[in-house]
Formats: sequence, C-alpha cells, structure tokens
Amino acid sequence: MSAKRQFRIWRGDESGGDLQDYMVEVNEGEVVLDVIHRLQATDAPDLACRWNCKAGKCGSCSMEINGKPRLGCMTRMSTFGDDETVTVTPLRTFPVIRDLVTDVSFNYEKARETPAFAPPADVAPGDYRMQQVDVERSQEFRKCIECFLCQTVCHVIRDHEENKQAFSGPRYFIRAAELDMHPLDARTDRKEYAQAEQGLGFCNITKCCTEVCPEHIKITDNGIIPMKERVVDRRYDPLVWLGSKIFRRGETPQTSVTTARQGSATPGSARGGVHSHAGGSHDSRAEAQAQSGVNWHREVPHPTAPAVDDRGKLPLTELTFDRAAAPSPFGDDVTFPLPPEHLNFAHPEQDNKH
Amino acid sequence: MTTTTRIERHHYDVVVIGAGGAGLRAAIEARLAGKKTAIISKSLFGKAHTVMAEGGAAAAMGNVNSRDNWQVHFRDTMRGGKFLNNFRMAELHAKESPQRIWELETYGALFDRTKDGKISQRNFGGHEYPRLAHVGDRTGLELIRTLQQKIVSLQQEDQREFGSYDARIRVFSETTITELLLDGDRVAGAFGYYRESGEFILFEAPAVVLATGGVGRSYKVTSNSWEYTGDGHALALRAGATLINMEFLQFHPTGMVWPPSVKGILVTESVRGDGGVLKNSEGKRFMFDYVPDVFRKQYAETEEEADRWYTDPDNNRRPPELLPRDEVARAINSEVKAGRGSPAGGVFLDIASRRSADEIRRRLPSMYHQFKELADVDITAEPMEVGPTCHYVMGGVEVDPDSGAAFGHVRGLFAAGEVSGGMHGSNRLGGNSLSDLLVFGKRAGGHAASYADGLTTRPKVAVHEVEAAVETALAPLQRDTGESPYTLQQDLQAVMGDLVGIIRREGELADALVRLAELRERVAKVSAAGGRRYNPGWHLALDLRNMLVVSECTAKAALERQESRGGHTREDYPAMEPKWRQVNLVCALDGDTVQLTRKPLPKMRPELIGLFDRAELAKYLTDEELADFDALVADAGEADNR
Repeated sequence: MSAKRQFRIWRGDESGGDLQDYMVEVNEGEVVLDVIHRLQATDAPDLACRWNCKAGKCGSCSMEINGKPRLGCMTRMSTFGDDETVTVTPLRTFPVIRDLVTDVSFNYEKARETPAFAPPADVAPGDYRMQQVDVERSQEFRKCIECFLCQTVCHVIRDHEENKQAFSGPRYFIRAAELDMHPLDARTDRKEYAQAEQGLGFCNITKCCTEVCPEHIKITDNGIIPMKERVVDRRYDPLVWLGSKIFRRGETPQTSVTTARQGSATPGSARGGVHSHAGGSHDSRAEAQAQSGVNWHREVPHPTAPAVDDRGKLPLTELTFDRAAAPSPFGDDVTFPLPPEHLNFAHPEQDNKH
Repeated sequence: MTTTTRIERHHYDVVVIGAGGAGLRAAIEARLAGKKTAIISKSLFGKAHTVMAEGGAAAAMGNVNSRDNWQVHFRDTMRGGKFLNNFRMAELHAKESPQRIWELETYGALFDRTKDGKISQRNFGGHEYPRLAHVGDRTGLELIRTLQQKIVSLQQEDQREFGSYDARIRVFSETTITELLLDGDRVAGAFGYYRESGEFILFEAPAVVLATGGVGRSYKVTSNSWEYTGDGHALALRAGATLINMEFLQFHPTGMVWPPSVKGILVTESVRGDGGVLKNSEGKRFMFDYVPDVFRKQYAETEEEADRWYTDPDNNRRPPELLPRDEVARAINSEVKAGRGSPAGGVFLDIASRRSADEIRRRLPSMYHQFKELADVDITAEPMEVGPTCHYVMGGVEVDPDSGAAFGHVRGLFAAGEVSGGMHGSNRLGGNSLSDLLVFGKRAGGHAASYADGLTTRPKVAVHEVEAAVETALAPLQRDTGESPYTLQQDLQAVMGDLVGIIRREGELADALVRLAELRERVAKVSAAGGRRYNPGWHLALDLRNMLVVSECTAKAALERQESRGGHTREDYPAMEPKWRQVNLVCALDGDTVQLTRKPLPKMRPELIGLFDRAELAKYLTDEELADFDALVADAGEADNR
C-alpha cells in the first residue's frame, strides 16, 4: 500500500528560501514526519527538521502543514486526499534557522522571566498534602509539551514582532495559571503578574491556541479566562472604586500593560488610578478603544486603594459628606441605561462574524 | 592553529553532558554546591528522552501500602536484575529514592494523590507493593519539566544576585559533544558543535558528568529517539573508562507493531497493571504458560485468581502479565515464533474488553489519546498489536556506586542514569529508571563538584587534541566519496536487530562481529552532503562511530556470556548459570579495538543478603556462595542465642 505523493517543503535559511517540490513514497499508516525522514534518507539528506520522540510527547517536530501549525508526528497522511499536495513550512512566528528549524529562544526567554514555583516556607519535603481534585486543575496545564504551537499561532505575535517584548504568549499564561492554581504555591500575585508583566491583556480570546494544542489543554477557557476574570474581579471591587471616585477624582490613571519590564511584578494598590469598564473612566484613550467594540487588550488603569485613615476606615461621616443621602455606588457621572459602547460584552456569535 | 583559536571557549567547573533527568539533577546539585555548571543538551531544553517514561518513579514511600520499605524495594530490584546488580547501587537507590521524589514536590511537581493527600503510588511489574509515584501516564514529562523549572528558578536567583541568568548555570541547547579532552589521565574539557550553526565549541572543565542516556538507535524497532546513539558510552570508552554489562539490553515487551506511524512506541506497563491482558491469535491468555520457576510463588495460576488480584492484592497472587519485562518479552517472542502472533508479527494486548471505556480514558489518558491521534486506534474499542521493542540498556559506564565516578584510568569523569551500568543488573524494573536518574544524578553532580573543589591545579586542554577533534568532526563533510550516513545506520540497525537482538545464538553473534568490523571500515569513510548549518546528515555521520563502538561492545559481551539472564537470552544456553552471576563483563578500548575482560562482582554485605530467603537465593547462587550464606545465618543465630 505505498504510493508516490507530492510534497512541497520550504528550504532555505534566514537569508531566504523557497518551496521545493518532492515526489516521495508514502505507506499506509504513516505520518508526515515519517515522510520527512524518508526524504532525509533519500533525496534530501541535509533537510533540517527537529524531532525526538515521534510519539507526540516531546513537542519537537512543530511545523506548519498546509498552513496550519501542527506536530509532524501527529499528522497522519490519511487525513489528506490521495492527490493532495502536502505543503510543509517552518513556524512563522519565529526566525528561521534552516529549512523547518526555527529559533524558538523567544519561548525560553519568556520561561526564564516567569517567576518560579515558590515552595511554602513551613512545609518540609515529604509533608506536602494536597487533594487530587485540587491538583488536577494545575495538572491540566502541566501536560504542556512545549511544542510552542500556541505561541506560533497567536496573532498577537504571529505577525507583530513589536509585541514580542511585552507579550509572553499562551504557553506562559498557562504556566502562570498553573502556579496560581497550585495548592501550595506561596506567591499570591500570579494573576497580577500575568496582567502586568506577561501582557495577558493583549489576548482577546480568539482561542486559536486552544485549537492547535496537541495536548488538548483548554488554554483559553481553563487558563486565560479565569486569570483575566479574577484580575477584573479584584480591580472591580466596588469599595475600591467608590473610594477612588470620591477622593481621587480626576487623577491621571496609570496603565498596567506597558509598565517597565524591570522592577516589581506586583502592581500594588498603592499606585493610583481609576478603573471602570462601565463608563466612569476618565482615560480618553481607553474610552476611544472601548468605542471600537470589545477590546480585551485595551490598556486598563490600575485600581486605587481606598484612602483610609489611621483606624483603617474611610474618613466618611454623615456630617462631613456633601450630600443628603448615600452616593450612587456607580458614581455620580454614570447614568442608566449605560451607553452600549461602554459595555464589555462579547456576544456568543461575535467570533463567527469575522 | 588558526582553526582552533577561533573556537568559542567556555570555562566551567562542572560540565554535564545530557539534559534528561539525570543530567538536570546532576547540574542542580553541582550548582547548589556553588560550582559554575554547564548543561549540554543535544536537543532543545526540556525535550529529553525522559519525557517518554510513562509509568512512574519507584520509591518505597509506603503511601499506599505501609508495609513497603527500602528493604523490600532493594529485594525487588535485585530479584528483577537476577542478582547481577551492583548491590551497593541498588541499596542506595532503594534508600534514597523517597527523598528524591519528595524533593521534587518542593520544586513544584504535582504527582497524583492518595485520598489522604499524599503522593499516590501504583503497581508495576516486579514491584511487590504499589510503589510508583506517577502523574497519569506522563510521569517522565512531569519529572523533566519540574527539573527544568527548578533550573530556571536557580537562574532567577543568579539573575537577582549577579545580574545574569547564566552566571552559574547555563544550558547549551542543541549542542553535541564529540570528544572529551584529557590532560594525562584527568578530564580537561569537552569539545563539540552547535547543531544550529555548526560552529565548534570548547568547554574547559575539570569535571564532566555523562548523562547521555542509551543506545537504542542502533536497533530497528526501538522506542528511543534519535539522540540515543550511545554518545556517553563511547566518550567514556575513548577517555579510558570502562563499560560493564553491555550484553544486557531491555526489550520492552509491549511496543506497538502496527500501524507504522507508532511502530516501536511503548504501551506502558500500566495498561497491564490496570487490567490489560495479553492474548495470542487464538484468543488465549498465554502468559500463564510462561511463569518461570523462580517466580512461581508470586504469580497467580488461574485467570480467576489473577482477576481477583486487581481489587484484592493482599489475598491473591499477581497476574502473570505483570512478570518482569524480560519474561514477558520472551513469552511474546515465543508465541510469535510458534505462529500464534498477530498479522503484524506481535500479539494482542486487550484492555478494551476488560474495562469500561470511561475507566480506560480516565486511568490511561495519554495512552488513549496517543493511539487515537497517532494511529487512529481506539484502545477502548479494540485490542492493540504489540511486540518487543528495544527500550533500555542496562549496561553502561562502570562507576563507583557512591560517587558515580568512572572506573578505568580516567579521573574527573562521572556518569549517571542510563549511561551508567550496574544499578539494574541484567534487567531493569519498570519505574526504577526515573528514581535512578534522581538518586544517582544528585550523587554524580555532588561528587563532581567536590572533585573539582579538591583539585589544586586545573587540567589544561592541549591544542593538538582540539585540532584533531576539529579534523575528525569536519571529515564527513569534506569527503564526497563515502556512503550516506542514513544507509550506514540502516545497515547497522539490521545487523544489531537481526543478529544481536532479543534471542541470540553463537553463530549469529560471531557473524555480527564480522559485519560490524566491515561497517567500521565503511563508517570511517562516511560522507555527508551539505554544509555545517543544522545538517542532520552530518550529525548522524558523527554519531555513527559512537553507535558502532557501543554495538561492538554489546556483540562481544553477548558472545562471551554463555547463559541466559535478564536482558540477555542465548538460545544455545537457555538456562541461568550461577557461575556467570559472579562475573561482570568489562569492555575497554585499546587503540580502537574493544577489549573484553571478566571481573568478579562485589560481594553483598551480610545484612543485605540476609534480607533474602535461602530458597530464593538457591536459584541464583553457586553452592559455595550458599555455604557461605548458611554459615552467616548460623553465626547470626548463635549471636542471637548468646
């Protein structure tokens, strides 16, 4: 059951290259990587291609097959039509070294910037106790084989070299999520770190990463969205917001996504700023961004801690307050119904439109 | 001279060659000891073959069965290795593996849990109690990722302290070492090339830890990746170290044989531990016919008893599907040879008819996905076709058990993990590999660091050695008259698979040596097309000579050992011979020929041999050894009476 099949493989290096045609024997039950190995042993002995386990466990043989990021060892030839040409190209997001091999060092740099697991100070080795149900959430993310398909498919960096500095990519969002959900991790600022230093805000949840993940990790639903939601929860604490409304009105908000790379990874509540998704923001840029529809990665101002007095309470009494009644919890400048363009609502069918 | 002055040079205290479990653990230890450490990885960081380990890491933590302890683990290991193990290594391994596993949790590992929140442990072939710490069936990945992330965390510490991630520990990914450089009998450095650019690189370092894994790429059907070309074995030989037990190769009994996209890929033993059974083409559960006498007492005799064991292991004996790997591999081989095999030349492994689809998916998730996606085989619906696949080499660098320092006439060379020999004797138990990596990786790294500390002068790299290494490395590119490295590799695989495979015969082994000698001539003239930049043909051409010399060791030792034991089966000498148990076969290099010598095994300490029943020892020991044992027991008895 073998037949000659048409392959087009990108050959070249950083100075350029092109697709070359090969006619190569394909047998029943083979995968694309088998065919590449046959090419190496016959027509193209110096064809560069990474691979290791050939079992979908190491994540080395990432390539783009007919334009889709995939693992060569997990793409069965039977998924193509009998006379379909199979086009194999290197990962587009990373610089080419040679043929199908790209320079993926971007990922290792981002890995190094992500703060490591912080062991609990007072638990000795051997005394770690965790319930299966609690470790399972993190275990899902630890299935990651670091094939970097999610990184290459992510449009934030796929064609935007300029975003690479500020954006770690889905692989490292789920690393942050994994540590955030680790029952014994001693750090408590994983979410804030992801938002402030990893560029979580750039992600607008198109779920491309989930779609290409060979391990079927629900990167967006189980990793990114919970991280985003909880960042929003914390920022949207009404009391925090109320305090800032009353006492810091008009102060210039600070943005988080573009904070300097060096320095603390904890955007503390000490930093000033006003936050609102509901229309109370005084940040005209954010307002303008909101006008253009749902835009998850617009720059969101930092929350402001309430200005409390020595006793830890708001310096607020009926006597010193300038109104006759309790203020609107939404702020005086917010009127109802809210203008629709200020709502951060994603219609379920929205993604289908484009 | 001009060629060598332009080579990139680095100075390190400890260079670890290999970035799998053993290499990373060794590097962590050397860095924790304050040494400037380099990790050389043939692949990208985190892709090492360790990720393939599925079952788990054996450690007698006693979380699931509290009767487990290091003595039981030690006994199982010695029994599995047919008493050929270096007893001291087996002892250290059994004693220290729990700490090494617990330590991983402090690095962030997340093992599966028991109900009371401890690390869960699973049953595995050859282990008396549930002993394997695991994460579903991707334990190797968890181990490598955990160690990788620990290294990152050490680099972050260094970044804070020194302003550079690479200040004290640096990973050289996609870098291959082709030569160790010596100053007299001391290691002075390592020479190699970046795979990406083809540029050469020279490490000057007084201590080198080999952690390069195994030799499986010399075989046609193998679960091993391209990296497994016996680099560390060959580097050690050329540096003057010795190899032991090279005749013992483990053929994993259940590798997929069909379809070709997954040929050689392992079906983890947990499939059998969780209820899977082996059947021949007649539908017979044949393993009951293959229980050897030495194991008769521990294994069930009827299907009913075997089936009860899964739920009530205390009152029933184990199913024979869980015999040690060599026994299962031989049984499958016999069935196939007797014409009762599957269409593709294996047997059927059936879990589909024994467990519900839900349970299979839950207990063996990555196994299920792997076959669904790689081969469109649904293991919950149909049996798998499996057969023996070359999986692991028990033999390796002969080392001092406590420090991992290589024997022979070289100093400053250490080895850990699959590349070292002795720990597993003639056959490795499943799960003992991951814990071996951790226990001896740590030891080798620590001892390499203290060796470097103890030196008063640093050994120097000689310029002419570097020049020679450059010349050797470039030779295949400069020749265009030789054969393709791919052809040579296929021929080597054919020789090893057909003549030095799972069942061996004297005539075939002698034939293999003749053919290997011919191949040696051809490999010396190999030529690689293309340039230096990421050229897999050139890389393979350079690996071939390592594969060749290691294959010669295996063939020579296999011819010499006239008995069958563990991973070495001789059709012409089918029985285990107590006299041979006292002998290790040691390979050394004289010029470029492999020299084989016999060396007696170290004698087990009284308190360790006392852990075994006399009846069991009688199967392995010579009469003289048994007399010694009896005297020992009598002495102990008298001492008790006094």
